[in-house]
Amino acid sequence: MDSDVLVIAGRELRSRLILGSGGFANHEILARACRESEAELCTVALRRLDPDARGSILDVLTECGLRVLPNTAGCFTARDAVMTAHLAREAFATDWIKLEVIGDDRTLLPDAVELVTAAEELVDEGFTVLPYTTDDPVLARRLEDVGCAAVMPLGSPIGSGMGIRNPYNIALIVEQAKVPVVLDAGVGTASDAALAMELGCDAVLCASAISRAHQPVAMARAIRLAVEGGRLAHGAGRIARRHYGRASTPAQGRPDLEAQLSPHGP
Amino acid sequence: MIVTVNGQARELESGATVASVLALLEVAPDARGVAVALDGEVVTRSRWSQTPIMDGALVEIVSAIQGG
Repeated sequence: MDSDVLVIAGRELRSRLILGSGGFANHEILARACRESEAELCTVALRRLDPDARGSILDVLTECGLRVLPNTAGCFTARDAVMTAHLAREAFATDWIKLEVIGDDRTLLPDAVELVTAAEELVDEGFTVLPYTTDDPVLARRLEDVGCAAVMPLGSPIGSGMGIRNPYNIALIVEQAKVPVVLDAGVGTASDAALAMELGCDAVLCASAISRAHQPVAMARAIRLAVEGGRLAHGAGRIARRHYGRASTPAQGRPDLEAQLSPHGP
Repeated sequence: MIVTVNGQARELESGATVASVLALLEVAPDARGVAVALDGEVVTRSRWSQTPIMDGALVEIVSAIQGG
């Protein structure tokens, strides 16, 4: 699968796992998870400068060879998200932005209206916009139509670990999309990531499932392998589901052992 | 004059620039992953030392953290 390269906005990515940096206990575990994940992109957020902070996450990511994907986490309006994207472009010298506009602080579900507004504005300004969206195929299409470089539907709410609640919708989004589809949010364990890839997603973005696992570094490996396995399975083509069993061993030529075991009949 | 830096009121001498606010917070001029917003506009790094700050200004200084 060496030639199976993911291309987002003209940039080639060999890894189909995008790492989220949120939730790691410290920079050392983050660094080890980065290496084990073999990801090439890692999200970072912007917050008010903490004069007492020790070490920068940017140094960790640079050392591990990952590129930064800034996000607009915590923004509730298009205006706030656009301003945050401007700050991110200045801080990280990249026009890539993972666009998040949250509509509800309990479920952390995206605000569709604000999201499309912000996406359109940022695309117009030349940003490469990767929006975190719901699993609504119509909204995904709207985001693609305004010029987003990918669409990133949730499997379930951020950090919930509930997996992919509506695989049918994810499949519909994949079927219609002409830009890469990245399953973002909801992954709880390796099988969720594998399912996303089997459904035809181009990549998986994963933070909490790795960072909050009991063994984050081991989970980084598990999810990397699941993404690879799911991708291979998608390409290989799964068998059709059936209601009843279908023997894989032919019935023809089966010896009549019943007759030998009771030669004189019952 | 009084300006608000990351939500906190700070006293600055008149003639202060964005660069002087960063110096106040002990942020090196070449610090990685730092951005500044002044009254709703991003001030690019190359303009930090030339951009004056007026009395009552709102300054937000952000940097990279883990997230997402």
